[in-house]
Amino acid sequence: MSSEFVKVFELIISASLINNFVFTRFLGLCIFFGVSRRMETSIGMSITFTSVMMISSGLSWLVFNYVLIPWDITFLKIIIFIGIVAGFVQASDTIMRKVSPVLYHKLGIYLALISTNCIILAVPLINAGERYSFIESISFAFGSGIGFALALIIMASIRERLELADVPKPFRGTPIAFIVTGLIALAFAGFSGLIKI
Amino acid sequence: MIQKKINYYEVIKNGIFKENTIFKLALSLCPSIAVTNNLRNGVLMGTAVLFVQVMVNITISLMRHFIHPRIRLPIFMLVISGWVTITDMSMAAFAPEAYKQMGLYIQLIVAFASILARAEMFASKNRFIPSMFDGIGMGLGFLFALSLISFFRELLGKGSLWGYQIINAKPLLIFILPAGGFIAVGILMGIFNWIYGKYENKSY
Repeated sequence: MSSEFVKVFELIISASLINNFVFTRFLGLCIFFGVSRRMETSIGMSITFTSVMMISSGLSWLVFNYVLIPWDITFLKIIIFIGIVAGFVQASDTIMRKVSPVLYHKLGIYLALISTNCIILAVPLINAGERYSFIESISFAFGSGIGFALALIIMASIRERLELADVPKPFRGTPIAFIVTGLIALAFAGFSGLIKI
Repeated sequence: MIQKKINYYEVIKNGIFKENTIFKLALSLCPSIAVTNNLRNGVLMGTAVLFVQVMVNITISLMRHFIHPRIRLPIFMLVISGWVTITDMSMAAFAPEAYKQMGLYIQLIVAFASILARAEMFASKNRFIPSMFDGIGMGLGFLFALSLISFFRELLGKGSLWGYQIINAKPLLIFILPAGGFIAVGILMGIFNWIYGKYENKSY
């Protein structure tokens, strides 16, 4: 039992810090650069994102292990996973609008963006590739969500300062954000070797 | 729908320069860093995206009268993921070495905002031939951006091109590290903006 717990903890740490999706696997960059202009939007995005990712990777695990593997149609996994994610996002959009309009007003706009995010599809694909168990899949998704939130919040706090800085004109906006991300990624490279999995 | 005479040259030029997916729109950035640490992978990835973009545009534009507007997004996703699966499996069969390094990123072409956006904005409203040219233009723009980035990263980071050693001096290792990818893309994007601003005579 305890070794299982350690494994889960290691997965969370490794997904959030060492193999941070944004800084070392370069996924979800479109959303990362699009949303990180304001602190408020990036917090909203990270909350929505983490919860959607955990649920959709759980669903994908169930479908992968109980439908795709027994029927031996794993080559369809891309289509099935994107279907699950898009369907789940659409469903939660509709349900949230009816059940809790306040929450929808706050977080609804991020839901639409999520279905074109690479991470949301990468996590089920990696889970399937590594043959993680159900608990491991969920904790991997949780760790990735935390890592993405961390990246967004660091970036948002830097970019709020950057708006005031005097950057050369061609570099304003996305180019300078890229260079800043490069510097943060250098810092995150320091985490590598923390845990060996 | 008004059928204008469409200038194909303009459509392609638009895709490469004015609406370059990576440098101008800043979409689909994931592979622009992940696979560009050598020229061969960059070109392969660009070609895969070019293929998917053209085929998706053709399919959507042929199907545009049958798709109900309410459910168009899931249908577009299905079409895209179908073509991506085909690309993925053929890459695995014909280029296994490269596939080992960039397999995950090929599968993630599904989640590209740019392909979905072109299907939504152009192919679902236009006829077959213009959609094909639009796909070729956007795909070539992407291929151009990826080749440029990977050209500089491989030249500076390893001193080689397409695997052949060119410079014998000690390379700047940072450019093939993840962090260097971000910095290289940032700098190239800034230079692209600068040249483009000069060309268009706008004060950037």
